[in-house]
Amino acid sequence: MSLTEMKIAEARDALRKGEVTSLELTEACLAEIEAADALNAFVHKTPELARERAAAADARLKAGDAPDLCGVPLGIKDLFCTEGVASQAASRILDGFRPEYESTVSAQLRDAGAVMLGKLNMDEFAMGSSNETSTYGDAVNPWRREGDEARLTPGGSSGGSAAAVAAGLCLGATGTDTGGSIRQPAAFTGITGLKPTYGRCSRWGIIAFASSLDQAGPMARDVRDCAIMLSAMSGHDSRDSTSADLPVPDFEAMLTGDIRGKTIGIPREYRMEGMPGEIEALWAEGRAMLEDAGAKVVDISLPHTKYALPAYYVIAPAEASSNLARYDGVRFGHRARLAQGDGITDMYEKTRAEGFGPEVQRRVMVGTYVLSAGFYDAYYNRARKVRALIKKDFDDVFADGVDAILTPATPSAAFGLGEMSDADPVQMYLNDVFTVTVNLAGLPGIAVPTGLDRAGLPLGLQLIGRPWEEGDLLNTAYALERAANFTSRPGKWW
Amino acid sequence: MSIDTETARKVAHLARIRVEDDALPALAREFNDILGFIEQLQEVDVEGVEPMVSVTPMRLKRREDVVTDGDQQARVLANAPDAREGFFAVPKVVE
Repeated sequence: MSLTEMKIAEARDALRKGEVTSLELTEACLAEIEAADALNAFVHKTPELARERAAAADARLKAGDAPDLCGVPLGIKDLFCTEGVASQAASRILDGFRPEYESTVSAQLRDAGAVMLGKLNMDEFAMGSSNETSTYGDAVNPWRREGDEARLTPGGSSGGSAAAVAAGLCLGATGTDTGGSIRQPAAFTGITGLKPTYGRCSRWGIIAFASSLDQAGPMARDVRDCAIMLSAMSGHDSRDSTSADLPVPDFEAMLTGDIRGKTIGIPREYRMEGMPGEIEALWAEGRAMLEDAGAKVVDISLPHTKYALPAYYVIAPAEASSNLARYDGVRFGHRARLAQGDGITDMYEKTRAEGFGPEVQRRVMVGTYVLSAGFYDAYYNRARKVRALIKKDFDDVFADGVDAILTPATPSAAFGLGEMSDADPVQMYLNDVFTVTVNLAGLPGIAVPTGLDRAGLPLGLQLIGRPWEEGDLLNTAYALERAANFTSRPGKWW
Repeated sequence: MSIDTETARKVAHLARIRVEDDALPALAREFNDILGFIEQLQEVDVEGVEPMVSVTPMRLKRREDVVTDGDQQARVLANAPDAREGFFAVPKVVE
């Protein structure tokens, strides 16, 4: 097995035993990254920094001071501010921006000894489901349909993270998830991705999209690796007022695989009209696997599911229009070249027209509209009320004794890059139909690969857990993972 | 609710995004697609429901009112497109 194919847990054990050094592991990843430009996953490579950190990690390992991630090479989504390293949310408007500070999550990973290999491609400001809105160009899925060389999307917005982990360029990666941006790309690339409970990971230093929905989380090759990363990424941070002051459990220690006596809910509203038969079958198989593992599976109802996407497409743009107001060409990033006599409003308008791509412009303007005088109640306040009802749907089923909810992760397998370019924006938004409810309700959700479609592309299922019970959720996911025994990997063509 | 070209122009200006005149009709069409989708929310009975403020019932943490940061002018200005003499520089605002 090549070094870069190792799981994080395997690498940790091998590093501690001295069977491999972090420098060797890091060099192996850097070589894979150099050979994988066709995937366009790593958009800012930091090989020198990686070697420095690997050497420091090796010293720590030798000294016997080695947290789980010490010496493990990871990729960091471009949405995380990283000190002295380009961080531009895949947007032209942050061209040249090199933060003077490190995000809390990436700082915690760094302090645990993890080695950052570079920054990963994504949709611009995390607005997209296919990584096609990036200023760096599309990230490409390492998976292809059988007998077909068409380039497929790795999903989005964390498309670079998903592609990099699936292709063996790094052992794990950070993602962020506002409406499905960890779970959908994980499902499209046959890896595992977890969105934690809102407030579990600090948002400080992560470039904001929709602050009441954004949450960072791990993307890795299996449930155990996600558990290891989550423990390192979580915890209270006084610089994020919504970060939860709760103890962080040892999530890995909670993986027993024993789910006997657990109750798993199957929400009937997730059976969408026109859902492909393969997704139906995958879902039914997942249900059977959890039953075989000793869980009790019950049908449940989440009656407001249908309204989650429309509510999301009011709330997220509204928050984005406010968060993105800071990109004005004054303090950082791009400023348009001005004409003779241009005033400050011209500077704002030209800078933002040049700096933001079409999808970001669209969402900022939709957000501006729904917040404008006369429409605030009709749209924004109504959406927030519907959000309260969506959360109550979940509260009710959890109160009835449901421990976790099983749904498909996505309505289809990965689609071709460019395939959706003629569709109206709403068609693309439907990608998040199974994931967006989880963000609106602030719950933890995880995508686990469980099968392949007819064309040989990975498909995933989603498990949704109770707030703050990521440990229990990960354990249910672990049981599902063991039963599904998904071991396929993409054939190397890049 | 249908958005016309004039409304699209107004929204673009409120958002401080320059949109050329010939791009306004297409923008208005996209707004209408999205707003048509959002329109479904009108079907929901929200009588007596409070708009959600926070997914987790929480009280914002308080801290001592003391200075915890500061004295880093150079770092604050380090990424500015135009910084002069310790200030952010912009086109003339006051005539």
